[in-house]
Amino acid sequence: MSNPFSPEPARIVRKYKLTKDVKFFQIRFIDKERALSFEYRPGQFMMFSIPGTGEAPFSISSTPSRPGLLEFCIRKTGRLTEALFRLKENDEIGIRGPYGNGFPIIKMNGYHLFIIMGGLGAAPLRSLLLYTLDNRELFGRLHLLYGAKRPKDMLFKTEFFEFIEREDIECLLTVDKDDTGKWPCYKGFVNSLFQRIEDIKPDNTYACVCGPPVMYESVLNELVKLNIPKHQILMTLERRMKCGIGKCGHCAIEDIYTCIDGPIFTYWDVLHMKELI
Amino acid sequence: MRTLKLKKEKLDTFLFKVSKHGELWGPRKKGEVYIYDKIDDIKDLIKEPVTTFLPIKKLFLPPRFQMFHYNGKTYEENTEIFQQRIVYGVPSCEIHSLLIFDRVFGHTYKDPYYFKRREQTTIIALSCLPRESCFCKSTNTHVIEEGFDLAMTDLNDFYLVWVGTSKGDDLIRLSPDLFDRNVTQEDIREFIEWRERRNNEFNQTIDFVAIPDLMDLNYNSPIWEEFAEKCLSCGACSMVCPTCNCFDVIDEIELSDGSVKRERYWDSCMFKEYSMVAGGHNFREAKAERLKLWYTHKLHSFTGAYGKPSCIGCGRCIITCPVDINILSVVKALLTGKVDKNSLLTRKSK
Repeated sequence: MSNPFSPEPARIVRKYKLTKDVKFFQIRFIDKERALSFEYRPGQFMMFSIPGTGEAPFSISSTPSRPGLLEFCIRKTGRLTEALFRLKENDEIGIRGPYGNGFPIIKMNGYHLFIIMGGLGAAPLRSLLLYTLDNRELFGRLHLLYGAKRPKDMLFKTEFFEFIEREDIECLLTVDKDDTGKWPCYKGFVNSLFQRIEDIKPDNTYACVCGPPVMYESVLNELVKLNIPKHQILMTLERRMKCGIGKCGHCAIEDIYTCIDGPIFTYWDVLHMKELI
Repeated sequence: MRTLKLKKEKLDTFLFKVSKHGELWGPRKKGEVYIYDKIDDIKDLIKEPVTTFLPIKKLFLPPRFQMFHYNGKTYEENTEIFQQRIVYGVPSCEIHSLLIFDRVFGHTYKDPYYFKRREQTTIIALSCLPRESCFCKSTNTHVIEEGFDLAMTDLNDFYLVWVGTSKGDDLIRLSPDLFDRNVTQEDIREFIEWRERRNNEFNQTIDFVAIPDLMDLNYNSPIWEEFAEKCLSCGACSMVCPTCNCFDVIDEIELSDGSVKRERYWDSCMFKEYSMVAGGHNFREAKAERLKLWYTHKLHSFTGAYGKPSCIGCGRCIITCPVDINILSVVKALLTGKVDKNSLLTRKSK
């Protein structure tokens, strides 16, 4: 019987700072075959394992359309991330996965995509974003709306700045507060970007949202105002997880397990969850 | 299903034979309670049906066990050799708890730790008559059709033995001469009488089909706050509940050589830290929220996923909860809209 709890050996290939407390990790399975044949969907997550510290789940930030390396964007918040931040390039860690439902890519084919993120919400959505850009012909219009607190808090700035000049993506970046005086893009919360959006065919649109709790309410309001169907608004939920495979019970919300039934849910699913309203 | 008869006085001989086939487990007395334990001397085995303190889950999901050993290079799966075990005296409600676990631990990903122990265990079920806190007829777990290898019904001077699996048949083959194949009309009548007697002896009846709707309607009811005021968050309900399967995982570092043991141990959603994520945010800080999760999961969610509640009617929560928060008192409150303190079983009757 294969053991789904077994971490597989992997190596930290690159590690660098994105912001004060967020680091970027490139990780590769040590087994070459495994590294190249590993399949996943945008929106899925992996369990990281550090012996003596334990395990924790992290969203995959890279796209399956670029195999070989897995990328993660991780904020230092707890015991495991502290231990992870202490590891150096070339150090080994254990990973297992991929877990979770991921985005329903096939269903989203042909649709206009809104990718809306705030702060660390860029971590899971960057995967979808890069996947869409690598398979541009499969999707309709593409909007990226990203909000950060200040210019220095914005993740993947260089990468996203390049999108502003591209013709195949409408990239709107905003900061709550510009403390540099040199911010070249928008100012204000993410929801303020909606006034710049025109010619939406709501039935033909999927919106994917991830960000801090404060962002959801205002953004969901805007999306509902645009008449985007609630089952085409997708969001990710975060819960405590110990196993990632629907056994330990920690991530339960009523009748669903965030780890196997989620972490991607439609706005309609979420409205059904009494605990969340 | 094949049925045989075993004379009462032959039970010891049969179990003795069985104990040569693998480790014999079953209920024995420890202090004031009964526990499932390894039986070294057949005299210690309680042959009559009893409600043990901890349910049968402890044999398949031990309270704490090692998952991996990290030797500094790789994670070695715990290769502890599981002995062949034969468990005697498992009541039908607890057979149902294992059927529920089979689904939970087999769903999407197979949990090897559970299924290895399951494969290595032969189960001899034992029919019982309801005790005061039993309500398995309401949960429809008073009868079994699968999930056991042998099942025995205690009639006047013999046991009716149902052979459920080929593993069960192997036990019979150890001493075929002890068994009588001739089940007479008289025996059948005796069995029917026994069944009627059992069905009429239940004190409690709960309409579980109506409960999911009531859970929905009562989601914001003040009853949850009332229960929360009493709840001690001790988690005893989860420990004794045959269908509570939550666990936590912890790494323990061996100071002598720096190797690491990854261990898995019982957890309870009644504990405050249960839903706390890194950074300190707690999704269920309030006791009422945690109580609601426990009962929603048992009585609502499970019904949605599997068509029946995950309560098996064993009554352990009734016996164990020090402040009388249990399936009965909660269902009563859901039905009446208030927490009726007088309707609960008194300490004395436990």
